Amino acid sequence: MTRRLAGPVLAVLLFCLAGCTAASGTDGADAAPGAAEGAPAEAGDPGLTGTLTVFAAASLTDVFTDLGQRLEEENPQLTVRFSFAGSSALATQLLQGAPADVFASADEAQMARAEDAGLVTDPEVFAENPLMLAVPPEDPAGVAPPEESGGIPGLAELIREDLTLAVCAPEVPCGAAAAEVLESAGLTDVPDTYEDDVRAVLTKVQLGEVDAGLVYLSDVHAATDTVLAYAFTEAARAVNRYPVAVVEDAANPAAARAFADLVLSDEGRTALADAGFLEP
Amino acid sequence: MSARREGAGVPVPLMVPAALGVVFLVLPVVGLLVSTPWAQLGPRLAEPGVGEALRLSVVSATLATAVSLVLGVPLAWVLARSRLRGRSVLRALVTVPLVLPPVVGGVALFLVLGRQGLVGQWLDAAFGLTIPFTTTAVVIAETFVAMPFLVISVEGALRAADARFEDAAATLGADRWTTFRRVTLPLVAPGIAAGAVLCWARALGEFGATITFAGNFPGTTQTMPLAVYLALQRDPDAAIVLSLVLLAVSLATLLLLRDRWLGRV
Repeated sequence: MTRRLAGPVLAVLLFCLAGCTAASGTDGADAAPGAAEGAPAEAGDPGLTGTLTVFAAASLTDVFTDLGQRLEEENPQLTVRFSFAGSSALATQLLQGAPADVFASADEAQMARAEDAGLVTDPEVFAENPLMLAVPPEDPAGVAPPEESGGIPGLAELIREDLTLAVCAPEVPCGAAAAEVLESAGLTDVPDTYEDDVRAVLTKVQLGEVDAGLVYLSDVHAATDTVLAYAFTEAARAVNRYPVAVVEDAANPAAARAFADLVLSDEGRTALADAGFLEP
Repeated sequence: MSARREGAGVPVPLMVPAALGVVFLVLPVVGLLVSTPWAQLGPRLAEPGVGEALRLSVVSATLATAVSLVLGVPLAWVLARSRLRGRSVLRALVTVPLVLPPVVGGVALFLVLGRQGLVGQWLDAAFGLTIPFTTTAVVIAETFVAMPFLVISVEGALRAADARFEDAAATLGADRWTTFRRVTLPLVAPGIAAGAVLCWARALGEFGATITFAGNFPGTTQTMPLAVYLALQRDPDAAIVLSLVLLAVSLATLLLLRDRWLGRV
């Protein structure tokens, strides 16, 4: 368990090191008075109560933390907890009986695992996220295309065989997409490390430890100060679609439905678009 | 004889928690054995990735232990025998990696030996040498995490060893280096062996610092624990088989060395 948490915690830690304005998470809200589980309803409409546990893909860290805070502000007696990790790890945890109310995956394959096991029904796609090539600001390997070149370049025009490239492991959604674009670009031998989630790839780019990394559009959107990013033609072949679903035996089904509805609402779509996600 | 009789008469307040402790420690291993898909074991073990990860794990843990022996035994001697001032501070510093979460160790290694790190950027500029994402990085990460185990074990053995043998050697005219080689080392050899086994086992199981600092690439940096973790994300059966291999290797090492060297410890 500690090790599963380690990835996201590290990512957040390094985010702060890199001078990024990472959202502060729900720690403060956890300590808020009156948020205790099962608190008696006050006079009037108490709104949603108790604790809501959301399992969400690592790439959703910033935007979901923000949406969770909004839901908490509307429902002072509600505490929203997140577990952000690679979607595959989350799906495995769900299959092993981890208690979650909402599951949001970075691809339909991992949601399908939960669906096949009867853990969720009727997932709805709320966002799309293509891959981008992220590069440290100093661009040590000279990835940047020449200024005058028009149009979107192919991946092979951007990266050479010998540069240091980080991608996600094929076991997680961003890695499945990365494998597909590398395959179609004929660059399957280039990666030097297969990271366990997309934030770990981004962190290694931000630290300048790799020359480039394949991350989501939304990740570079959140890190415009610390990385350069380039679109490439093959990205269109593997655009991940993000589904969200309420877990069947959710401990807090009302709050779970409310969170899923918020994600799918106009407000949610706007927040996702602001965070760099595309509309499905 | 009398020791045996005392051992049998364990008071109930000690017996119950002790038994629970045994169950707690043994049950997960039993669970692993029960869940193992024995029928698929052969074909799964024959998959090319398994042998590769196992070989890499054994080789890097062995190298990490070798480095730890070369650096750690003298360090343990300094901590136990020298009259260096600030030894207690030194001991505290040396044991930091013991209590530090390995992932934090991985970050720290990045900040020093990474391409942009304090030492790493100089290595890169001067020799074109980059450490992260290589097998060297795996060995460094494992050594960082595992060496304190060796140092602590050997230091304990040195403190427990009878210093009068060394004094006798000195009165017979041996200098400190000769005394160390001819008297101290043979005296604490079982302690060094125990420390080395502990160090090797810790290195074999290393995960956090490795995946952070060395990355994850089959054949280069993907050790067994990393393979287990990633397999668990997609194919739990594969993860169980890999775990079983790691368990077998660890147990075999323990049994082999217990009979040979550790009986006296």
